[in-house]
Amino acid sequence: MSDAAVRSQANRRLALRLLGGVAAAFAFGFLLVPLYDVICDVTGLNGKTRGTAVAMAETQVDTSRTVQVEFISATMPGMPWEFSAGQPRVSVHPGEITTVHFRVRNMTASTITGQAVPSVSPGKAASHLQKLDCFCFKQQTLAPGEVRDMPVSFIVDRRLPDDVSALTLSYSFFAVDAAAGGSRS
Amino acid sequence: MSTGSAAAHDHAHHDHDAHHGPSGLARWLFTTNHKDIGTMYLMFSMIMFLIGGSLILSVRAELFQPGIQIIQPELFNQLIGLHALVMIFAALMPAATGFANWMLPLQIGAPDMALPRLNNWGFWLLPPAGTILLMPLVLYFFGIGTGGADAGWTLYPPLSTQSGWGIDFAILALHLMGISSVMGSINVVVTILNMRAPGMTMMKLPMFAWGWLMTAFLLIATIPVLAGAITMLLTDRHFGTHFFSAAGGGDPILFQHLFWFFGHPEVYILLLPIWGFIPHILETFARKPMYGYKAQVWSLVCIAALSVIVWAHHFFTAGMPVQALLYFMYSTMSISLPLAVLFFCWIATIWRGSMTFETPMLFALGFIILFGIGGLTGLVLADVAADAQYHHSYFVVAHFHYTLFAGGIMGVMAGVYYWLPKMTGHMYNEKLGKAHFWLTAISFNLTFMPQFFVGLAGMPRRIPDYALQFTEFNMISTIGAFALGLSQLIFVYNVVTTWRGKGEKASDGVWEGTKGLEWQLSSPPPHHSWDPQPVIK
Repeated sequence: MSDAAVRSQANRRLALRLLGGVAAAFAFGFLLVPLYDVICDVTGLNGKTRGTAVAMAETQVDTSRTVQVEFISATMPGMPWEFSAGQPRVSVHPGEITTVHFRVRNMTASTITGQAVPSVSPGKAASHLQKLDCFCFKQQTLAPGEVRDMPVSFIVDRRLPDDVSALTLSYSFFAVDAAAGGSRS
Repeated sequence: MSTGSAAAHDHAHHDHDAHHGPSGLARWLFTTNHKDIGTMYLMFSMIMFLIGGSLILSVRAELFQPGIQIIQPELFNQLIGLHALVMIFAALMPAATGFANWMLPLQIGAPDMALPRLNNWGFWLLPPAGTILLMPLVLYFFGIGTGGADAGWTLYPPLSTQSGWGIDFAILALHLMGISSVMGSINVVVTILNMRAPGMTMMKLPMFAWGWLMTAFLLIATIPVLAGAITMLLTDRHFGTHFFSAAGGGDPILFQHLFWFFGHPEVYILLLPIWGFIPHILETFARKPMYGYKAQVWSLVCIAALSVIVWAHHFFTAGMPVQALLYFMYSTMSISLPLAVLFFCWIATIWRGSMTFETPMLFALGFIILFGIGGLTGLVLADVAADAQYHHSYFVVAHFHYTLFAGGIMGVMAGVYYWLPKMTGHMYNEKLGKAHFWLTAISFNLTFMPQFFVGLAGMPRRIPDYALQFTEFNMISTIGAFALGLSQLIFVYNVVTTWRGKGEKASDGVWEGTKGLEWQLSSPPPHHSWDPQPVIK
């Protein structure tokens, strides 16, 4: 084999190897998606709370401490519902089971399905707000003009960091697009 | 590919200088010659530089006075984002690739790039990509469609998931430009690793090759991540996925992580080739050997490695645990250490040298000072506490123009003036070159220095209107921007006339203090050079 042919073969081998690197980097980009979710779950980054109910644990109420829990309710653009919290805030003791209500009203003449997405701030408190029951666990379908009172039961974990004296639980209602059915998490 | 190099080999047996093959347009369409392709890259870059500049001059015209005068906010939003995309992907990156094509084979004693056909492909993806990127904006002026990409160059959702066609066009264009630069990078890596002249060890490589090698590795590692992110954006927009939609369990912040995982290394992708050839210019005009070659090489490697682990400093204010903030702050600041080594070596290279101040040297010295300001203001932004105030203000705009215009564009211009006589065989007009430098340096500062002040005072970026107290500084900035834009016409004139053969003949060495293999060839170099390869002792 001539020198040129040897070199051209070596070039092609290295180029293919680098192409493999490109493919790996592309895959890594998609791998970052589940990785990001895991990191958010572990750290409570972005105020993500668990999407499912926690089991009722032993509840020892820490009456020496009072925490303010504030509520925010919002509807996203394209969601023609009226959505409000029954009360702007409640004072709770860590470990105590609290139930509050949110009211939602379909203001249109058609049946609409919505999904509420919760967020807790500050982020480091997110994993300490444990929901026993929540309307955000599943999609809500409202008939035209229907009004619904929806409960949320939660416990503020007693391991809540000492420097957190107030936390905010916010819900955003999104219209569930029939075409965009799939849910990722 | 093998046939490509075989064909090149056959050529070598004929007359060295004679150019066989098609002429006219077909020559440029089908060329696999690294010098032809390098020329096309550089020309494409210059055209897109002028287009990107015009886009932003209309923005500056609107910002001359508060209130909305000539540009409606919808158009304003398109212009700022397209300006950035054009300048980064269609002007700066192709300029660097153009230099790589022209100079790497000459500098390392290779007959051509390793993969000539891939090289041709890499270039010819760019003109369609540029067209696709800008077409929606042009159609918009004729009342067709919803306009160009209007979510800024960062394309953050949910803005970009709600926006019109322009985003889809931008995504397609970015894919093409990404494929093009990945091809170019593969070619550069293979060329540098496999095609060096006998005896040229890695530690004898020209600094430019080291800079480009790091850039190429970064491109290979990060462009695919961007491709993934914008693909997810596309499927979110049209195919019902929820990667970035909170309603479906996704997270818009995720896009920021993916984008900046590419976006931060991108900054270094643009600058590493320039940090590569600036030392060559300095050693030439200081008539002294480059100071600290090894230190510079390892600094480039360090910077490339650090650049992929600091991305989140672009969105400190999006919400992060304190530990993450601290990590990204300290890692970002640590980049200033290898960069300080580079600055030290550059200054030590010219220290007590017998300097002369031809245009390339002026640009290189201007680069050191102005890029230094860009780097130092970057340290301010890296401070989490300070960033809370400066984030998304004009301070950021001023900062990255000091790095990317003074560091990027002026660096490229230093390279153009340095190598233009070698590439064309003719000297450019030195008087015009010097005038170009001084006009550029002064009007650049006139444009961007006031933006530091309005940014500190709280003027937000990307907004077509502003509070009255910012008026004077914005007027100065606009006047500076137009002076800056018009000064570039001198550059275009100078380059074009030199290319067309005006100006005295350049000698082989061109400059007095040149070292390096490219200066041993004639000016302009023969169509096929370094065949057989030189032997380095």
